[in-house]
Amino acid sequence: MSNKEKQIKYWKENIRYVLILLFFWFIVSFGAGIIFKDFLNSFKIGGFKLGFWFAQQGSIFLFVAIIFIYVYLMNKLDKKYGYDK
Amino acid sequence: MINNMNLFIELNVQEWTYLIVGFTFSIYIGIAIWSRVKTTKEFYVAGAGVSPLANGMATAADWMSAASFISMAGIIAFAGYDGAVYLMGWTGGYVLLALLLAPYLRKFGKFTVPDFIGDRYYSNTARIVAVICALLVSFTYVAGQMRGVGIVFSRFLEVEINTGVVIGMIIVLFYAVLGGMKGITYTQVAQYCVLIFAFMVPAIFISIQMTGNPIPQLGFGSEALDGGGYLLDKLDGLNKELGFNEYTDNTKPLIDVFAITFALMVGTAGLPHVIIRFFTVKKVSDARKSAGIALLLIAILYTTAPAVAVFARTNMIETLSNVEYSKVPSWFKNWENTGLISFNDKNADGKIQYLADPSSNELVVDRDIMVLANPEIAKLPNWVIALVAAGGLAAALSTAAGLLLVISSSISHDLLKRVIMPSISEKQELLAARFSAFIAVCIAGYFGINPPGFVAAVVALAFGLAAASFFPAIIMGIFYKKMNKEGAVSGMIVGTILMLYYMIKYKLGWFDDELPGSNQWWFNISPEGFGTVAMCVNFIVSIIVMKFTSEPPEEIKRIVEDIRIPSE
Repeated sequence: MSNKEKQIKYWKENIRYVLILLFFWFIVSFGAGIIFKDFLNSFKIGGFKLGFWFAQQGSIFLFVAIIFIYVYLMNKLDKKYGYDK
Repeated sequence: MINNMNLFIELNVQEWTYLIVGFTFSIYIGIAIWSRVKTTKEFYVAGAGVSPLANGMATAADWMSAASFISMAGIIAFAGYDGAVYLMGWTGGYVLLALLLAPYLRKFGKFTVPDFIGDRYYSNTARIVAVICALLVSFTYVAGQMRGVGIVFSRFLEVEINTGVVIGMIIVLFYAVLGGMKGITYTQVAQYCVLIFAFMVPAIFISIQMTGNPIPQLGFGSEALDGGGYLLDKLDGLNKELGFNEYTDNTKPLIDVFAITFALMVGTAGLPHVIIRFFTVKKVSDARKSAGIALLLIAILYTTAPAVAVFARTNMIETLSNVEYSKVPSWFKNWENTGLISFNDKNADGKIQYLADPSSNELVVDRDIMVLANPEIAKLPNWVIALVAAGGLAAALSTAAGLLLVISSSISHDLLKRVIMPSISEKQELLAARFSAFIAVCIAGYFGINPPGFVAAVVALAFGLAAASFFPAIIMGIFYKKMNKEGAVSGMIVGTILMLYYMIKYKLGWFDDELPGSNQWWFNISPEGFGTVAMCVNFIVSIIVMKFTSEPPEEIKRIVEDIRIPSE
């Protein structure tokens, strides 16, 4: 594999990870917290209506998780292509 | 010894405040002296040698301003569900930063945001447009911080607001001019510790008092200790009884909630003082990791704030609603003197009626009280009240310092070194950086003492502007190799002007005899959310103009390929 091919493959895999993770970023905030809020509010966990919980708590926890998953995936990808030095 | 202990416990609020604020300030000054710098690289990006943990802490303190610390919980207490726009908007942007910006800008490896825009778009016009946007955004933001410093000083230490602003200026001046980014970074690490401790202690106390659960994030979803079922159900009921919307329901149209959240997220990712923090770490993987750490540390405060909002609002309604004015607790009278809370007995029955209907409502409460007076309302010890003052100051000073660095590097590096006098030496540039930091502090202090009337109105503009100007130019600079200077520059100019026009028309009302109402907004979107629209326009204009102009040179395409690869 030439350097050029390697770079292109690396970039494609990176973009795929980013798109998948941004999909979840959108779903947990704009989806669960805003668009589907009223529907999710018919469920409850403890004293929280679910849509309200996503809007004021859950989305934030999941944002943190998304970044750390990205860090993990990218460190692995860097290693696979030898870009970790 | 026992006498000494008693003396300590009997200190009043003001003595405690002097003690704690004095202690934290001497730490900041100590760090400033320790971290003096000799090179421009140290001054602008702390020598690019900051560890991911230290950068995460510094980013969190940089980001959380006086508004996050003092005002946010109060805003949520009055807005209920709608407060989610700030909670999601000001945290979700970090996902964009970590996935789309920070690693690539770190690989690019220069000092400022205009550095990237100017080099990537091979144009000093692009550089100067970026400098103007950076200055607009940063000055709007910094004026509010200096004002915040003054307000905390005046309320807790009983000095004049202006004296407070001057004391704050001297402290920031000290570590920003001596230590540049290095001094700022390590004071921000200390300031993060102070502000998070100061925010969490009262929140945990109050959560235990009201629900028995020491974790506020769980507490506000628990049952109230004094009966009445789940706390949130109870608050929904109280709100309804007094004629307000249910606490957990939206008041703004959902499309506006969507637009504001999006504009704040994108704006956060485009704010220069946040972006430059990621230039300070050693390597690309550290930039990703420190974005995660920063958001984790921010999330601690941001998930506690909505709990504090619920506790404070329930407490306030239960303590004051339909209570005889002669029987209100002493904190009410204390804060009445500051003008932050006021009672007007419209129906002359001697009781306080707190209602949604403005014609019969008798109680006006400033939202800042929810954090500042919370420890007194919950009868917490004096040292906790003093801690809140130190936390508010840490939040305001850390953000102000980060912004001042953007302002000084825009002038000494982007304008002077890169455009006007490229031949100046390292030493001269460093001197210019220090001098422009000094001038920037003075201007910020001036705005703090004489705040322009529209400061509060234009803070949202800072986010809108960052979304409408920087964000698309940086994203396309990394992900769209064919984007050229003509496209990026016209996108930034059109996006910025459109955002300014909408804000001036619908927020400030300068184009009409009176401020146009919300029924005239485009697509039902408020000025706060309009950054989303302006950002889309920027993208579209850039791409159309690009189609009709020439491709960027090969050399630029190679730069783009290079920043996409993490290793040297």
